[in-house]
Amino acid sequence: MNNSLIIKKDTKSENTLQIFKTIIFNQEMVLLLSILFLLIVVGFINPRYVSNRNLISLFLGNAYIAVAAIGMSMVIISGNIDISVGSLIGVLATISGTIAEAGFPIWISWTIPLAIGMFINFVMGILVAYFRLPSIVVSLGFMSILKGGLIMFTGGAWISNLPDGYALSQLRPLGIPMPIYFMVILTTLTAYWMKMSPLGRSFYAVGGNSEAARLAGIQPKLTVLKVFILHGFFVGIASVLFSTQLSVIQSTVPPYLELTIITASVVGGVSILGGTGTVIGSTLAAVLLAAISSSMIFVNLSPFWLRSAQGLLILATVLADLYRRQRQLNK
Amino acid sequence: MSQQIKPPVVHLKNISKNFPGVRALHNVSFDVIEGEVHALLGENGAGKSTLIKVLSGVYQQEHGEILIDGNPCLLHTPHEAQRAGIATIYQELLLLPELTVAENVYLGHAPKTRWNTINWSELYSRAEDILSSLDAEDINVRNLVGTLSVGDRQRVEIAKALSQQARVLIMDEPTASLTETDVNRLFETIRLLKKNGVAIIFISHRLGEVFELADRVSILRDGGYVGTKKTSETNQGELISMMVGRTIDTLFPKTVRKAGKVVLELKNYERIPLTKKTNIKIHAGEIVGLSGLVGSGRTELAQTIFGITPATGGSLELNGESVNIQSPEKAKKLKIAYLPEDRSQQGLIQPMKILENISLPLLNEISPRGIINNKAEEQLAKKMINQFNIRSTGNEQIVELLSGGNQQKVVLAKWLATKPDLLILDEPTRGIDVGAKAEIHKLMDKLASEGIAILMISSELPEILGMSDRIFVMREGVIVAELNRNDATQEKVAEKMMGVEQQ
Repeated sequence: MNNSLIIKKDTKSENTLQIFKTIIFNQEMVLLLSILFLLIVVGFINPRYVSNRNLISLFLGNAYIAVAAIGMSMVIISGNIDISVGSLIGVLATISGTIAEAGFPIWISWTIPLAIGMFINFVMGILVAYFRLPSIVVSLGFMSILKGGLIMFTGGAWISNLPDGYALSQLRPLGIPMPIYFMVILTTLTAYWMKMSPLGRSFYAVGGNSEAARLAGIQPKLTVLKVFILHGFFVGIASVLFSTQLSVIQSTVPPYLELTIITASVVGGVSILGGTGTVIGSTLAAVLLAAISSSMIFVNLSPFWLRSAQGLLILATVLADLYRRQRQLNK
Repeated sequence: MSQQIKPPVVHLKNISKNFPGVRALHNVSFDVIEGEVHALLGENGAGKSTLIKVLSGVYQQEHGEILIDGNPCLLHTPHEAQRAGIATIYQELLLLPELTVAENVYLGHAPKTRWNTINWSELYSRAEDILSSLDAEDINVRNLVGTLSVGDRQRVEIAKALSQQARVLIMDEPTASLTETDVNRLFETIRLLKKNGVAIIFISHRLGEVFELADRVSILRDGGYVGTKKTSETNQGELISMMVGRTIDTLFPKTVRKAGKVVLELKNYERIPLTKKTNIKIHAGEIVGLSGLVGSGRTELAQTIFGITPATGGSLELNGESVNIQSPEKAKKLKIAYLPEDRSQQGLIQPMKILENISLPLLNEISPRGIINNKAEEQLAKKMINQFNIRSTGNEQIVELLSGGNQQKVVLAKWLATKPDLLILDEPTRGIDVGAKAEIHKLMDKLASEGIAILMISSELPEILGMSDRIFVMREGVIVAELNRNDATQEKVAEKMMGVEQQ
């Protein structure tokens, strides 16, 4: 019967098949193919979707999400989560704008958010790592504090007297918007660093099994603290890219921003249980999410579908991941 | 009526089961009759778990049939197996710690009142009846399961199986995590069940238990059926050679070695309240066994030496120098390695590759200028995989997918890559098959010959006696005896462990 066929499979063809499967089932490849598929299908229905102008505005408006998702991916890989990220971006953007409006040098308004982002995440990291509070609780608390604080201090007023030269995101060296440079360069550098540095490796180790990592001589508490500080750095950059997009800053927290960022990480293949995933995946997923959201306008779907589409995407990814792991384990 | 012989309760006939690329079971037959204990033996990966899963409805066989009381039967789901009277007690007990004993026993089929709510008084009295039928009246049915010892929980599992009218009880390595006393009590319970006509399928890696308990024993190897023997008509040597397909003439390799200089010396070393005033010396090239019941402080002593729970008093000298070890990181720098008791919780990063697990303690060493040297990492892993004979698809395999024995070898490889002076092994061969066990024993012997000082903790007395040059026995946090290899016997060590003094 065909049982003997299964067993006596020639090893060489099996290897080729295996390599082929690894490439195809690789999360990054799936995302890339999905993006291309979307561009082709929607572009066919409405060619304006794939026009230069739309593609550039698509990246311009969403690159900061990919940058924030880099930090988020690190946090999730280390076995934690941060749901205050959206509120922090809102706060840091407002701080940046306020500093610029007050007449300080522009480079200060670009760098202070990084420092404050790192400091706030340092505090969260201390609470998570050394006081052993669950990160979901800590970041839930910070989400409320930051959101409430923002409304209290600004009263919801917009910042519009921004000085010339502040709009970093509107620069276009070689005709390509600045945020795209940030997204591509930061993703590449971080992906390399996560793979090749002992600290990056220890993020995976701590997220995979904190106790075993500790016995191997890694200090899990310090590692988690470093993860949060680095995350704060990326959130800082994301907030500046966000605040310099338009000529006004709304002083509010963009709705559902933290969910979009977490979705990018999870859909990008970062296991919500920690220990696996890459930032290339999360950046590709952020691009895919942006492409989906933009496509809705071009095929005349209500943007309210976007939330449902995102939700379905998360469930599909997690299910696919689960299925894959199950199959590996049953072998 | 005729003199017809009663058919076996369960009869598996020519069962085959394949997974993609793997022949898990091939033409395996197996039966168990009323009131019999039938042991199932085989190395890890021999197909025991698959066979159990077929019998308990988790997997479906591709060929062959299952007869229950002589009638062909299809078991598509665990629920159907349960209804057919087959209950399985897995290694990891599936009890809910936050519920009471009685609730656990009747989980899913608690007696109801006519209002369809749980009839609590009935629930407690029925649970009590079942426990007393197991001679386990000492367990209070109103206690939370979370407060019970592992041994008691196991008896609750058995009660749970009986509450479902189980006639066939499958026990997967029930003694793996039990103390000596609990094992004895479990055996009494099993004998009682046997007398009441329950058929028991018993899986264990400990041959002594098989001979003590089983009437018959069946052996599987590489998914195939090797044979069935009456325990009264066979011996350990024969069973081992049937399991591994070769004869292991010396169970424990033993080279005569000369002990070198003192590597570790503890003086009044303690971690109150877990361990008190420990004084021991371990020499280079020596294997020192540390024996004691679970909870005697043996693991705690090891963890204190390795800096997991730093000492509260006394001193530790390493190669003649007094050192203070506050963290595993420090211990690693001082060339101490610790192979933990629980390999999946403490030993390995499961989602990582073999290569990444092996290089973990040496990350900084293989990363000149802060960047991991991939070549050095690969060579290190390759060397260790060869040296330890780790069976895998290569460096890149995720350790989660390896068998228990090979996972343990990865943990050992990881620590030996750090070239330690002192190697602490906590239950180095728990839950791994005979073949891998022998390999690990051989490795230990070789490492000691190379001059590493080894401190080995084990619950298995034959292992302690077979491998150690000297043996320390711990009880209630204190070293109560030091025995030389030549004077030590199982009885002596066991007596010291349990505090029974000879008259």
